[in-house]
Amino acid sequence: MAKVPLRKQRVALVLGIAFACSFAPAAPGQANEGRTAASGPTEERMITDNAPGHAGGRLAVALRSEPKTLNPALAEDEPSRDVIRCLTADLIHINRSSLKTGPALAKSWRVSRDGKQYTLQLRRGLRFSDGQPFNADDVLFSFQVYLDEKVDSSQRDLLVVGGKPITVAKLDDYTVRFELAQPYAAAERLFDGVAILPRHLLETTYRDGTFSKAWSLSILPSQFAGLGPFRLKEYVPGQRVVLERNPYYWKADHAGNHLPYLDEVVFSFVPSEDAQVIRFQSGEADVLSRFSADNFAVLQKQQLAKGYHLYDLGAGLEYNFLFFNLNDLGSKNVPDIAKKQAWFQDLRFRQAVSSAIDREGIVRLVYSGRATPLWNQGTPGDKLWADAAIPHPPRSLDHARQLLQSAGFSWNKDGSVLDPHGTPVEFSILTSSSNAQRMKMATIIQDDLSQLGMKVQVVSLEFRATVDRLQNTFNYEAAVMGLVSGDADPTADMNVWLSGGETHLWHVGEPKPATQWEAEIDRLMQQQLTTLDYAKRKQLYDRVQEIVSENLPVICLASPNILVGASNRVANFRPAILVPYALWNIEELYIR
Amino acid sequence: MTHRRKLAAALVFLAGFYCLVLFAGFFVPYDFAAQNREMPFAPPSALHFVDAQGKFHARPFIYSAQDASQEATPSDANTQRPYPIHFFVRGSHYKIAGLFTSNVHLFGVDDPGQILLMGSDAYGRDQFSRFLYGGQISMLAGLIAALFSVSLGTIVGGIAGYYGGWIDEILMRGSELFLALPWLYLLFAVRAALPLRISQWQVFLLLVAIMGLIGWARPARLIRGVVLSAKQRNFVTAARGFGASDAYLLRKHVLPQTYGVLLTQMTLLIPQYVLAEVTLTFLGLGVGEPMPSWGALLSSLQQYSVLSSYWWMFLPALLLIPLFLVFYTAADALQELHKSVPL
Repeated sequence: MAKVPLRKQRVALVLGIAFACSFAPAAPGQANEGRTAASGPTEERMITDNAPGHAGGRLAVALRSEPKTLNPALAEDEPSRDVIRCLTADLIHINRSSLKTGPALAKSWRVSRDGKQYTLQLRRGLRFSDGQPFNADDVLFSFQVYLDEKVDSSQRDLLVVGGKPITVAKLDDYTVRFELAQPYAAAERLFDGVAILPRHLLETTYRDGTFSKAWSLSILPSQFAGLGPFRLKEYVPGQRVVLERNPYYWKADHAGNHLPYLDEVVFSFVPSEDAQVIRFQSGEADVLSRFSADNFAVLQKQQLAKGYHLYDLGAGLEYNFLFFNLNDLGSKNVPDIAKKQAWFQDLRFRQAVSSAIDREGIVRLVYSGRATPLWNQGTPGDKLWADAAIPHPPRSLDHARQLLQSAGFSWNKDGSVLDPHGTPVEFSILTSSSNAQRMKMATIIQDDLSQLGMKVQVVSLEFRATVDRLQNTFNYEAAVMGLVSGDADPTADMNVWLSGGETHLWHVGEPKPATQWEAEIDRLMQQQLTTLDYAKRKQLYDRVQEIVSENLPVICLASPNILVGASNRVANFRPAILVPYALWNIEELYIR
Repeated sequence: MTHRRKLAAALVFLAGFYCLVLFAGFFVPYDFAAQNREMPFAPPSALHFVDAQGKFHARPFIYSAQDASQEATPSDANTQRPYPIHFFVRGSHYKIAGLFTSNVHLFGVDDPGQILLMGSDAYGRDQFSRFLYGGQISMLAGLIAALFSVSLGTIVGGIAGYYGGWIDEILMRGSELFLALPWLYLLFAVRAALPLRISQWQVFLLLVAIMGLIGWARPARLIRGVVLSAKQRNFVTAARGFGASDAYLLRKHVLPQTYGVLLTQMTLLIPQYVLAEVTLTFLGLGVGEPMPSWGALLSSLQQYSVLSSYWWMFLPALLLIPLFLVFYTAADALQELHKSVPL
């Protein structure tokens, strides 16, 4: 079972994406004998290609809320992950700027011809941030934890390929072999975000069955160790978490400087986006990401005077959409909604709605122009996968009327739409009141559809209530939602497009595909999963996008640009469109 | 100014304001939901009498508004085109008191000009129209809910204070329980139990019921205190000695003493309830888009970008200050008047 995929503020679908690692409380006496500082092989450092900087300085970052845990296997919220990413490392990492995979703790790897076997060479002589050596046993232990159903880690879903968990075997101290049940196109990308845990600190807790309590926020810095650029220094509940430079970190720049450059990173907790923006504006925070276009405009005015720079990276991987309730309502006691499904199920009705929506207006009013109108799920930010051939029909109320007419709808004297049985077309659009952007989109659509003669009401509920209706009670008619793909790869959104998926929002977890085109999407998505050739995969996924844009299970609206800001003091700052937009290369940042 | 005059002035003002709000459709130039997507956050239109050539016009005119989010282009021909203001123009249809339909508006300008007395909001909707329409729900719901709270409070507090003993115990412990309830969670439950879509009337009743119910306990405790001390006053004891009934005593001697507290509570509760509606809307229990309400107009000020960029978004808040002041004045005058009436 996957975790509820809808998250506060931004509904993120985090599949296949990075976390970072960390470690858990040690049992005294458990520290490994053979692992003394002097003995191991020489350290095989990774040389980065960034412009060399100089050591020192502290970076201040404001987090939207307090992290919930420092345990990489349990973290699900963005603030926790943002911190954990700085503390841990993975075997193969997705370079956020090229969106391609690259070596990390694994210096190289080989894929067997059938695509089912991955043999990874680990870097030798690496140490955790507490000075203990790292080897294949830590990798084995980590994967054992992530794959353990009792741990219920959100990474587990990713590591189950073709219905079977990945198996890991140790060939020698620095070689591990992963076996997959079937060839898997995005296999290398799976490793990103699976943080390697220190066996010497966490094994006893894991064996005791208390892993779920390990590395909570009450952890002492001495009980924590990771392979990330920083290590835990101090945690002040409700205020901040302070990280310090990890002296054992395994990267260096080409001038021979040991990374990271920064001495300290301070994450302070502020309650809202506006508070984050104000802190950034006043210079109390050096980096800002995940903020709205409205605030971008405010910050822009003082860009020069205040000494910071704002980046508009263009479309990211978020797609917002309207969808209708196509769930099987047989067992739910909602006869009113079940009746309206006759409209929702009619493709021409959905096409008419799509045709009546003013996507340009949404881009202008909701995102002050910092977004791209969308007609299918492939956002322009997903350069490798978006299907450029999908048509972008302009808004047309006439076309919408024709479609409705052909589906047997008519209009009465005062201009309201009547269905073939003479019932006026009235429905509501559900959205979460904590997301101002989606509320605005719903309000704009409401107005668009009223021009068509449909009586639409916007119903905004608190976030949890909204998710409950979308996922459990199905007591809604239509909704505006958004998803953020966790990776620039179609596998990241398997849960959305497979008919049995839990994020298959319009018809959650179908026992079997309800329509032919859903069956076809299922087939295509499964096929692309096991196809190793990019061009062939692209063809398959293009077809999925085509089907979606033809059948409109979701009516895509807009994809906001990724907006990031950084103080001019921060050098080597290279924001990217993939989570975590800003600090993915924190080890390369230095203070000018 | 005597209290009587003060009261009269305040009441006239309030009556006038309620009239404006009730007949909002006539007094405003646009429908509250009409969006102009070319002009989000347009500043208020300036009224001009003298045109670019220096000629004076008896009929005021405006230049078409500019989208504040765009850079102003000074040479834009459109900004130079004057739109004279006309009175009793025909425009969008509206209903008065849900009965009469009309399309005559007090003032307006020719299309495509747009007169925005208070600027426009994020959707390019006329704030002035939204302000007056918003009062329909907010002013009425606030007033009725406050009346409801205070009446309930008076009954409970009056009985508890007057009879004392176990009745007092039960009622007051009950009110304490009420204050201690986790309202937020109860409201979630209320929302979950309600149908998905709620009509405007239902919203109105809901607002009144929820705010009224949540708010009664505090006035009840205050009134109990006043009643408790009032019933021990000498003249009350004397009246009882003469054989006055409980009902008579309450009506004639005890409740009149609570008058001051009641009025103050009322005037405090009304603005509080206007704001409470924002929270209720967040939970899906209030007035949803595109219906305007004062709470919604004020809540847009909670956004930093709005607060720091568009001064005209403050106008609704600024207009509410004198309104609430008049409420206080009226209450104050009433109280003073009441004091000067011999018991």
